[in-house]
Amino acid sequence: MLLTNLEIVPGQRIVKHLGLVQGSSVRAKHVGRDFMAGLKNIFGGELKGYTELLQESRQEAVDRMQEQARAVGANAVLNIRFSTSSVTAGAAELFAYGTAVVLES
Amino acid sequence: MVDLIVFLTLLALGYFFGRLAESRHYRSIIRREKALARIPAIASKIPSPDLHPQQTVLVTGSVVISVDYFKRFLAGLRNLVGGRLKSYESLVDRARREAILRMKDQARIKGASLVFNVKLETSSISQGRRENSIGSVEVLAYGTAFIN
Repeated sequence: MLLTNLEIVPGQRIVKHLGLVQGSSVRAKHVGRDFMAGLKNIFGGELKGYTELLQESRQEAVDRMQEQARAVGANAVLNIRFSTSSVTAGAAELFAYGTAVVLES
Repeated sequence: MVDLIVFLTLLALGYFFGRLAESRHYRSIIRREKALARIPAIASKIPSPDLHPQQTVLVTGSVVISVDYFKRFLAGLRNLVGGRLKSYESLVDRARREAILRMKDQARIKGASLVFNVKLETSSISQGRRENSIGSVEVLAYGTAFIN
């Protein structure tokens, strides 16, 4: 499946438009990471644990979106956007959405 | 009295380690930006028609960076009088450049020559409990890499 954040695919025609597909994942961090992050808040610098955590959950959001796209019979998702929001303290929602289409093969 | 000593120690630790971390990070950013300059990141939406990539692939790069204790204290003081928060400006600047670099690095590994339609997304990671304690930002950079 082709995933892209462009609105068109160079050299390929869109045959069918299948609407919006989305995927999201809400994750909380665990205590160990929280503790390390607390230390880092004194010294400053990259919070590697959080970077990894957010990357993982973003990947999951993309996977879910892809699953949805496959379910409606698409072979590509165009114009993908990412968004992040914090739902409660200590948890973040990662959200990915895009347009499912069928490309000429 | 003990509180004051703890506070001053944290302040001093934040000052020294924060400065060290920042200057080291900037040095590494500048070095890698030079190395990756051959892969331009373009913000425009529609690629020029004479580009015929073999393959396109979505690339992302993200980073979470935190400010140190000293800078947060400084920002707290600044809140009283208003004005530019230089210490936070350098934080988001570092985070954005780092995220773009990571995205470009992913593109380089996949053998891409340029990255199109680059979008940046910034969010603050709240620590909970205390309000206004936004100590860290997450920046995500994403775009479509063209592989020829």
